[in-house]
Amino acid sequence: MTWTDDGPLRSVRYVTATINRGSATAPVSPPTPGKPVHTAPPGKLGSSNGKKAVMAVTGAIMVLYLVAHVVGNLKIFYGADTFNEYAHWLRTVGEPAVPPRTVLTIVEIVLSVSVLLHMWSAISLARRARRARPVKYAARRKSQASGYAVRTMRYGGVIILLFLIWHLLDLTFGAVNPAGAEGLPYDRIVQGFAAGRWPVTVFYVVALVMLGLHLRHGMWSAFQTLGLAHGRGYRPLKVTAAAVAVVLVLGFLSVPLAVTFGVVK
Amino acid sequence: MKLTLEVWRQNGPADRGRMVTYQVEDVSPDMSFLEMLDVLNERLILNGEEPIAFDHDCREGICGMCGMVINGVAHGEQRATTTCQLHMRHFEDGETVTIEPWRAAPFPVVKDLVVDRSAFDRIIQAGGFISVPAGSAPDAHAVPVRKDDADAAFDAATCIGCGACVAACPNGSASLFTAAKITHLGLLPQGQPERDARAKAMVEQMDVEGFGGCTNTGECTAVCPKGIPLDTIARMNRDYLKAR
Repeated sequence: MTWTDDGPLRSVRYVTATINRGSATAPVSPPTPGKPVHTAPPGKLGSSNGKKAVMAVTGAIMVLYLVAHVVGNLKIFYGADTFNEYAHWLRTVGEPAVPPRTVLTIVEIVLSVSVLLHMWSAISLARRARRARPVKYAARRKSQASGYAVRTMRYGGVIILLFLIWHLLDLTFGAVNPAGAEGLPYDRIVQGFAAGRWPVTVFYVVALVMLGLHLRHGMWSAFQTLGLAHGRGYRPLKVTAAAVAVVLVLGFLSVPLAVTFGVVK
Repeated sequence: MKLTLEVWRQNGPADRGRMVTYQVEDVSPDMSFLEMLDVLNERLILNGEEPIAFDHDCREGICGMCGMVINGVAHGEQRATTTCQLHMRHFEDGETVTIEPWRAAPFPVVKDLVVDRSAFDRIIQAGGFISVPAGSAPDAHAVPVRKDDADAAFDAATCIGCGACVAACPNGSASLFTAAKITHLGLLPQGQPERDARAKAMVEQMDVEGFGGCTNTGECTAVCPKGIPLDTIARMNRDYLKAR
C-alpha cells in the first residue's frame, strides 16, 4: 500500500490511497491430465435429455399396457370360463379382418422394443452418472429431497426385469408352471400360485411393490422429462402418480394373493 | 464451542488427497462457517503449516464462490443458505464436521476445497446470452412483460452459479444451473429469437462437459441457496425437445 500526498489544496489535504492487491483472480490450473474428453452427443435422442425422453415415452407405453393387463387379470374373479374366454379373445381379436394373433403380436413387438429402449437409456444414463462422480463423498450423503421411491429406481428396475423374465417363463410360456405350456390360462394361475408354491407368491409381491415404487417416481418424472410439468401442477401430478401406482399394484396383487389364500380355486 | 473438523486436503490436481482431522477451539456461535475456517487457517499459518484453501469472495451469499459439502450436504443443512451465510450456532459443541469439495468430474479439484467451475462458464458461453446490442437500459414499459413471467424470470436469474446442484445430484447433473439460465432468458421477450438454439447448445454442452443426466430426484433444488425451482428443468426439457 502506498500513499501519495497531492499537497495542500486550499485548506483541505487530499490523500490518495493506492492499494496493491496483486492479481484479482487466482491462477487456474490446467485441466487434469487424463481427464476424459467428452464429445457432443450424436443427435438429439443421443443426448442425456434425449435418452430421458426415450425413457419417458417407452415408460408411458408400458404403463398403458399395465392398465390393460390389470383389467384382464381381474376377470379371474368371474370364474374359469370367463377368464379362459378372455385369454382366447386376446388371440383372435381383429379376426376376420386380420389373421389370428395379429393384434397380440403387434403388442408384443411394441412392448419388447419399449423394454429394450427403456433399459438402454437407463444403463447409459447410469454409466454417465457414475463417470460424472469418480470420487465419492466421505460423509454419507444425506438426502435433502423427500422421496424414497426415487432411490429404488435403478436396483428396483433390475428386480422388475428379473421378475419379468420369471413371469414370462411362468405364465406366458408355462416353462416353470406346474400346469405346463398346455395348461389352460386359468389352471396355470391356480396351480402356479397354489399355497404350496408360496415362495413364488412372495416373489410376485416383492416385485410388484418394487413396480409400485418405480411407477410412483416414474410416472410424474415422465411428465417432467417431457416438459409437461408446471409450477402448481407438481402436487396433483405426484398425487395422481402415487394413486395410479397404488391402484395398479393392488389390482395385480389381488390375483396371486386370492389364489394363495384359497379365495380363487 | 469446540469442534472436530475432518477436512479434505489435496495439494493440487495431481495429488490423491485425503481427509485430515483438526481440532478447533474457541469457536463463537456467531461466527460464520468461513470465519471458523479463517480461525483455523490463522493457527495453521502460525504453526508454519499450509492453510486450507477454500474459495470465497463476497461473504454475503450472492457471489457463489464459497461452495463446500458440509456433513454430506452442499452448503450445509441450512436451507437456502450459502456456506458464508451459515453460522456456527447451527452446530453442536463437540460435533465432528466433515468438509469436502464439490465432487464431480467436470469440477476438478484445484486445491483442498477449491474446484474449477469453468465448465459452468463454457455452458453459459454455449448459449446463455442474448445477441443484441443492449445499449442503455430501456424504459421499463417499452417492452411489456407479464408480471408472472417477470417474477419467474427474476427467480431463475438469482442463480449464482455456485454448483451446489451438481454437488448434491446423485448423478452429478448440471441441469438446475443450465435450466435456470434457459428459463431466465426464455421467459423474456429479448430471449425469444435464440430460444431454440440456446436450449440445444446449452443442453448439449452439459453432455460435452461430462455432467450426468437428470433423474428428477429434486436434491438440487433442495440444496440450492437461491431455491431455484424444479420446474425450470421441465421448461429446459420442453425447449430442448422442441428445438430443431
